[in-house]
Amino acid sequence: MTSMAAMLAATIGATWATGAAALDVSIGYLRFERPPHAVLSNLDPIPERRGIEGAELALGDNRTTGKFLGHDYGLEVISVPFDGDIFAAARAMEADHDLILLDMAAKDMLAIVDAAPAGTLFFNVGSRDPALRDSACRAQLLHAIPSLAIEADALMQVLLAKGWNKLAMIEGPTPQDKALAETYRKSVQKFGLKIVSEASWSFDTDLRRAASREVPLLTQAFKPHDVVLIADAHGDFARYIEHNTWQPRPVAGASGLEAVAWAPVVEQWGAAQLQSRFEHLSGREMTPEDYAAWAAMRTIGEAVTRLGQTDPAELRDYILSDAFELAGFQGRPLSYRHWNGQMRQPIPVVNAHAQVASAPLDGFEHARNPLDTLGIDLAESRCSAFGD
Amino acid sequence: MRFATLLLSTCLAALVTPLLAGEIRAGEIWISNEKDDTLSVIDADTLEVIRTIPTGERPRGITFNSDFTRLYICASDSDAVQVMDPDTGEILHNLPSGEDPEQFVLSPDDRHLWIANENDAVSTVVDVETRKVVSQIDVGIEPEGMAISPDGKTVITTSETTSMAHWIDAETRQIYANTLVDARPRHAEFVKDGSELWVSSEIGGTIAVFDTATQREKAKIHFEIKGVHPDLIQPVGFELTPDQKTAFVALGPSNHVAVVDTERFEVEEYILVGRRVWHMAFGPDHRRLFTTNGVSGDVTVIDVAARKALQSIKVGRFPWGAVMRP
Repeated sequence: MTSMAAMLAATIGATWATGAAALDVSIGYLRFERPPHAVLSNLDPIPERRGIEGAELALGDNRTTGKFLGHDYGLEVISVPFDGDIFAAARAMEADHDLILLDMAAKDMLAIVDAAPAGTLFFNVGSRDPALRDSACRAQLLHAIPSLAIEADALMQVLLAKGWNKLAMIEGPTPQDKALAETYRKSVQKFGLKIVSEASWSFDTDLRRAASREVPLLTQAFKPHDVVLIADAHGDFARYIEHNTWQPRPVAGASGLEAVAWAPVVEQWGAAQLQSRFEHLSGREMTPEDYAAWAAMRTIGEAVTRLGQTDPAELRDYILSDAFELAGFQGRPLSYRHWNGQMRQPIPVVNAHAQVASAPLDGFEHARNPLDTLGIDLAESRCSAFGD
Repeated sequence: MRFATLLLSTCLAALVTPLLAGEIRAGEIWISNEKDDTLSVIDADTLEVIRTIPTGERPRGITFNSDFTRLYICASDSDAVQVMDPDTGEILHNLPSGEDPEQFVLSPDDRHLWIANENDAVSTVVDVETRKVVSQIDVGIEPEGMAISPDGKTVITTSETTSMAHWIDAETRQIYANTLVDARPRHAEFVKDGSELWVSSEIGGTIAVFDTATQREKAKIHFEIKGVHPDLIQPVGFELTPDQKTAFVALGPSNHVAVVDTERFEVEEYILVGRRVWHMAFGPDHRRLFTTNGVSGDVTVIDVAARKALQSIKVGRFPWGAVMRP
């Protein structure tokens, strides 16, 4: 190719690739910090910039892609202390952004979404509350983080596939523990497993010293079971159950075998690349919240790249359509459920050292998409905000 | 005694014969084993592994120079391209490669290696004689597929997360076009004398066919296997028969290879192979095709004319790349 021809080709190629005019995509990340919750062990502190750094990684991904198309991306982060005014912060952010990631508890999220200007598109990257995807769903709120129900279903699929049908459950004392236990019960019923015994966690001893004495007593009365299931929403006591049970049994739920959106042990499907890019950026391991924020940002980036525009309503329509596919390092394309805005993703089921399985497992079939065997399906959905 | 001598000479003959036969090789298939840090060398006639050769860490892309006297190996986790004497299996030296080299192409004149640096969002050009990096080109996130046109003038890098093929002028080393493809492009090849560029998209589940002269997409190949969910049909590596009329496409975790009519861009049939089929190479006479199956740790041998899998050959863990040496 002569240089003249090369130049001509460059012009043609560039024009064709970029399509319309340059775009500026500014995205907001709004966090309402949770009040600290005391836990028995401080072995695993919650990273200060959990979630935010996942969004920052995806910002870089979007920018690199965008520079070949004339698209630029920005990210404004506002993190409000737990005693601060989240609504004032939301109003300030909505003044400048119509694409906003929300990292906060469900009730605050709903209040913000309901008060927001029409045409703002939100992504939930912080709440696993199943109600947000069900009776409390909102048309302009999509969910890049899996619900508790999705995680529970992923775990139960693995237990069922292994034939570990009889479960003994230990339930913590907080409202969040109760909600998690209730989610587990529903999922156990959905997959035809059985909870044969239940115990409530009420100890206030320091388990770092006493677990070896207290836990055998707590679990001694359990009827014959295959697995001990732990409903511990805050990661408070779960770590002290394994290897201290009366019967030698694997533990699952909040410790042992866990179903999570992402974990440091995920390495297949190019995941090793995402992990190393994240560690390079943040100096720490990637959490499920980071993955959710990364996925939300990449969802926006993918939609803008394909559509060549930034109108939130157009982006939303495309994201909820069958045409949308996002590569998420999990072996299957990520997409969104059109009836409640929940992102579909495979769920890694892991222990501390390795990925044990990826749900949905082989054999769990679905007429639409095997990923819809996890969480609330269309037929049982009480979400009406999305039409249909 | 005489009998014993006869026996001895027979034994000697048996020992010597393979060495002699080695002089006139029937062709070999070289396989990189990503998680064993080895290469497996398969005799293309006997279909047996005849050598296992240690490499650097996480070998993926492999390629021979044009007279097959040098093998280049992307040792991804060693952050190097290794140069091997294929006769001795000895690593002669490393080339600077940039970080995490995954795939590469060698220019038709054997002078420059064009390397995709997966962790760095760059493509690196290395002069294999001076052993120096001569250029680095900013590309999209996670560059992987590399192709060079038969005339050596255009180099393609595909980037997985950016979902693009970047068209690079090999002389100026500048990108002159960027074309969007479906999600997670993995492999690119110029076909039909360089008149078309094919790019496979693993998550998108398609192969995009571009007209090289205009960089415009002229066709898209879709795949559909009865009883396999579309999400699991993930095209990666592909090869065309010498007459360029038929393509074989590895479809990843669907565990099938598609046979594609390259005029109509339609699939004619599917061949069941090992688990997570990745890349492939023809044998020296193109009668057989060898596919690397990452998860099952083996290579499937396909009879090209009959379009049937003949047998599988156990190799190392997570076989990735495949190249033929006559």
